[in-house]
Amino acid sequence: MGGKVVTISSGKGGVGKTTATANLGISLASLGKRVVVIDADIGLRNLDVIMGLENRIVYDLVDIVEGRSKLRQAMIKHKKFADLFLIPAAQTRDKMAVSPEDMVKLTDELRQDFDYILIDSPAGIERGFRNALEPADEVLIVTNPEVSAVRDADRIIGLIEAADKGPGKLIINRLKTNLVKKGEMLSSEDVFDILGLTIIGIIPEDELVLSASNSGIPVTLNLQSKAGMAFNNVARRVIGEDVPFMNLDENRGIFQRLVRLLDGR
Amino acid sequence: MTNLLSRLFGRGKKGSGATAKDRLRFVLQHDRINLPPERMEEMKREILAVIVKYLVVDKDRVEIDLEQRDRSHSKLVAEIPVVINTPPSAANSVNQSVSAADGSDANGANKGVDTDGNDDAQDGDAEDDDAGKETEDAQTEQRENGEETKDAKA
Repeated sequence: MGGKVVTISSGKGGVGKTTATANLGISLASLGKRVVVIDADIGLRNLDVIMGLENRIVYDLVDIVEGRSKLRQAMIKHKKFADLFLIPAAQTRDKMAVSPEDMVKLTDELRQDFDYILIDSPAGIERGFRNALEPADEVLIVTNPEVSAVRDADRIIGLIEAADKGPGKLIINRLKTNLVKKGEMLSSEDVFDILGLTIIGIIPEDELVLSASNSGIPVTLNLQSKAGMAFNNVARRVIGEDVPFMNLDENRGIFQRLVRLLDGR
Repeated sequence: MTNLLSRLFGRGKKGSGATAKDRLRFVLQHDRINLPPERMEEMKREILAVIVKYLVVDKDRVEIDLEQRDRSHSKLVAEIPVVINTPPSAANSVNQSVSAADGSDANGANKGVDTDGNDDAQDGDAEDDDAGKETEDAQTEQRENGEETKDAKA
């Protein structure tokens, strides 16, 4: 069967699916894997700008499906990694332009030449999500530690299981360690308790993610970034490495040390 | 000592993170079984209305709850204490409350429609007093509403 299809999904929009897909693609490529990332969000193309490849697009996913372009013609090679390619979404069409069967056919062809095919799913539970889900061997669900995002993640997890694509794995994105410590944010343990899925990544909130999307250079290429490191760890877990979770506890102030001391911790 | 410190610095207090978790649990419980909270309450009332036709129960200690092990395993767990040695005077009032419950059966059905908000005619049919009461108490919680009506009748 060759390569593995990994779909990145979330239910709710704006939780960081596209950012996660771009960074996983880069990280997997930097680990020496042959990777294609597919933007399945037809009509709302974004993965190209996050990866800094927006000005190289000639053909898109719908052009491939409708036969106006050969598969290879539409694939955009990354500037830095020779074995990393993007298949962009069409900007002027809608989700109905592609069917789940089209996606299966396309990814089956890609499996022969690539190790990982990552699909950036659109938000929602309709056609676009079905397109992204159908060919998946594994599904990663991105969520933020907040009520609405977790609720939508739960809904999507149910649908993934109903489609026999489960159990998915969770990426908890934008965790604010200082807020968790104050009890003002759901912790990764809370999210695990509620959703009951294996956590494959915990990505701390990091301002460098915004700079990265501003410049089109995914944050995982920035060695200063904790979020970048965390995404890189996710990629290593995807390929089967056993990577411990990072210690996100950055500011051990004098008060915390005092408490720890008194508590005998 | 640490407790004192913690309390001094507000760490013992329940943060909004815990509230978020509680709210999520509640909302997911209903999402997963596809039964909104209002309908669930309605169901509980109907279940109880049937049971009190046959048994005397301690209404204040009735608990009917949904337990969820995970996404695909839910069970409805009911604890309904049955009153056994009822003194004669109480038994008398129990009889009354049973007949009241009988009446409130139809009542309950009406209320079910009531949540949909378009059954003025039906309400009127069932009992004029009731209809008045219901409009009056439209804002209050339905369960309370139901019990009030029962009491009034008994």
